[in-house]
Amino acid sequence: MTGTGTERGSTAARPELLKISGVTKAYPGVIANSDVGFTVGEGEVHALLGENGAGKSTLVKMIYGLVRPDSGSMTFRGQPYTPAKPAEARRLGVAMVFQHFSLFEALNVAENVALGMESPPPMRELASRIRAVSEEYGLPLDPDRMVGDLSAGERQRVEIIRCLLQDPKLLIMDEPTSVLTPQEVEILFKTLRQLSSEGTAILYISHKLEEIRALCDEATILRRGKVVGTCTPRERTAREMAEMMVGATLTPPERHPGEKGPVALGVSDLSVASPIPFGTSLKNVSFTVAKGEVLGIAGVAGNGQDELLLALSGELKVEPDRLRIASHAAGDLGPVERRKAGLVSAPEDRYGHAAAPDMSLIENAFLTGAVRRGLVNRGFIDWGKTRAFAEEVIAQYDVRTPGPEVAARALSGGNLQKFLMGRELNQAPGVIVINQPTWGVDAAAAAAIRQAILDRAAAGAAVVVISQDLDELLEVSDVFAVLNEGRLTKPVPVQGLTMDQIGLMMGGAHGMEVAHHAD
Amino acid sequence: MIRLEKRPSPSRFWLYATPPVAVVLTMIVGGILFAAMGKNPVAVIRTIFWDPLFGEFAWYLRGQLLVKAGPLILIAIGLALGFRAGIWNIGAEGQYIMGAICGAAVGLAVFPTENRLIFPAMVIAGAFGGWLWAMIPAILKTRFNTNEILVSLMLVYVAQTILAKASTSFLKNPEGMGFPGSRNFSTYPAAKNGYLVESLGLHWGGVAALVTGVLAYILLTRHIAGFQIRLAGQAPRAARFHGVNPTRLVVMCMGISGALAGLAGLFEVTGPAGQITIDFNTGYGFTAIIVAFLGRLNPLGIVLAGFLMALTYVGGEMAATNLGLPSAAIQVFQGMLLFFLLGVDVLTNYRFRLPAAAATVGAK
Repeated sequence: MTGTGTERGSTAARPELLKISGVTKAYPGVIANSDVGFTVGEGEVHALLGENGAGKSTLVKMIYGLVRPDSGSMTFRGQPYTPAKPAEARRLGVAMVFQHFSLFEALNVAENVALGMESPPPMRELASRIRAVSEEYGLPLDPDRMVGDLSAGERQRVEIIRCLLQDPKLLIMDEPTSVLTPQEVEILFKTLRQLSSEGTAILYISHKLEEIRALCDEATILRRGKVVGTCTPRERTAREMAEMMVGATLTPPERHPGEKGPVALGVSDLSVASPIPFGTSLKNVSFTVAKGEVLGIAGVAGNGQDELLLALSGELKVEPDRLRIASHAAGDLGPVERRKAGLVSAPEDRYGHAAAPDMSLIENAFLTGAVRRGLVNRGFIDWGKTRAFAEEVIAQYDVRTPGPEVAARALSGGNLQKFLMGRELNQAPGVIVINQPTWGVDAAAAAAIRQAILDRAAAGAAVVVISQDLDELLEVSDVFAVLNEGRLTKPVPVQGLTMDQIGLMMGGAHGMEVAHHAD
Repeated sequence: MIRLEKRPSPSRFWLYATPPVAVVLTMIVGGILFAAMGKNPVAVIRTIFWDPLFGEFAWYLRGQLLVKAGPLILIAIGLALGFRAGIWNIGAEGQYIMGAICGAAVGLAVFPTENRLIFPAMVIAGAFGGWLWAMIPAILKTRFNTNEILVSLMLVYVAQTILAKASTSFLKNPEGMGFPGSRNFSTYPAAKNGYLVESLGLHWGGVAALVTGVLAYILLTRHIAGFQIRLAGQAPRAARFHGVNPTRLVVMCMGISGALAGLAGLFEVTGPAGQITIDFNTGYGFTAIIVAFLGRLNPLGIVLAGFLMALTYVGGEMAATNLGLPSAAIQVFQGMLLFFLLGVDVLTNYRFRLPAAAATVGAK
């Protein structure tokens, strides 16, 4: 249904707005962009497509004046363009919506918008302009609401409206849909198409191929900092584009569903106050996972995923009966006792939560492997055994590293994630809880991680995968549920689920129903 | 403009080069300071760093090195364990005083009984006194989330007040003709911490310092508690994920550092100092913070740093008596050492860069 874009003229007829040629940018140890060039026409929706680390973010940061290129040239509306800082880029008509919002939660919408402007008008005038713009583009937003109370989708609207108030010629959007429900994505696309038809060009960064096919006129594909191709997304299949992006043929993971066994993890009526400021408390969460079963928990970021992981890993203790591991009450156990009972977990944030960035891989292997791999002898650490464990994980999960004594932060996101997944999976766990298994991981590594999770499930482990990537969840899960504002929907079998049903489970579009049906 | 840029991984060279470079910089800038005061900088530096080791009175001063280094090392190792875990006990001076008072009180209570168990009992009481004083900031932190830096520091001044009270009232020598101060332990064999090897200045405090250095090294590198200390300091969330109980860690680290500071106080009051007096404490608890960082928070490094700092103490006293240098100048000199150490330490994780490439693009 996202494919029905409004008809527009061919790209060739568009006057040139932004031209980039020969742009190179190197950081110590890595070339982020090498001789990159492309052109965006006025009113064109242009996709920048590539895996994590392909150099998309660096490229748009240069266009937005946050980073200076080492060499190469840019022209904007026919003039040489070398913005020294974002304020200059904004003055010339370039606006950007970041993947991570820069909003103050304790301030209201209008105040946040004012903070991003060079010379903001009086508050009341600004509030009425926000109302006007939000109605014009079908993005309802109350200027007086506190940002801390807004959903992720609503926060993004604050950022978009902040940009639109500047009347930009070019709007850069960095992974805008990663925080949205399918319905919200639909509304965002409607807004973007309207902008495009009014002559505003959009530079759209994503690795989600179906979205790009639905929205974009042209695509430039980056791999390892270089342009490896351009295409018209509507004329290509998602698979073709994926293979251009990855540079290899992709094989989806194989499933060998095991026999569903007895319940290995049971959570009943779990309510936990969030320990995180402006976090989401869990409310009456209940589910069970059987041996050999994979439960996928979807939801937009900030709906209680972090809190659920903390409550399951044992970092947050709950009443004993609320959580049962293999039918034993385990709610009041800490992480060490839960590991002993057979539950291992993998938090989302790799640098600082799942791993200590400045410690070696050996020490990081010890971090969670100590109990189940018997790495401690009367309080003393058996470093020989720990090193062997780290080497085993490195070899089995194809972790690219000079050796196990390398600091965790020296590894790329995908490599470190493979190591951390292997560390948990190689402890012969009965229950595995993972938050965002493949976030920020390149496609090949992601496929390997998903395969490893499925193999463990086939071997009899009960698995809970929390993710914001719906495609991933549909690929690995047997049962599917959605975490929405701290509440978990009733888990349903994945077989036969449609995207529309999932969208409704995700709570539709927050506060958008009126605008959605009005069109 | 010169810019600081984060290194991809910490420089091993600067990790070890930082302390010597800091010492050299301190000598240069300290020398300028001494010159500005009208002293011959070369003579002062030589008096501080050379004479105690190889000068005319070295036969006596060398022994003084261990006497001064012992308490510094003992306290600094305890502090370093906490610092590694991100727990900032700044009040070792107060714990040192309270250890001395508690230990001395036990000895003085049974005066003049002679028994082999008296000294060990005093040692335990000394450690207990320091531990107790450190438990105040520890419990306030874990229960009410107070800042341990402020609480432990302020408790130093409370301890000093108690010290003044002890030397003028409850521990005062009844045969002291009304002068403040307790009985002198040098006249009480059962409670005396005499020299084991006089020429080396080795007493039980020195033994304790060296043994603690080795034990702390083993703890940090081989024991799970040491791993948890390092982990909590480097990545607090990863530590909770590993299963570290933050409350227990605060209590443990504050307790160890308090007990070691208390021990240092006890060995000092029964040995070199001899008695409880109003000005019994001489700043070891604060200087030990410098020693801990100078030794890179590594127990073996701290042992070396303790001797270096002792050198500035012993040499500083020589400079004060022989060259008429005010003692405040020596304290400034010691403070400079910490200043340069932390300053040069930036190079371990960062490097300087001249943004030549960026400048040319910007000029276009």
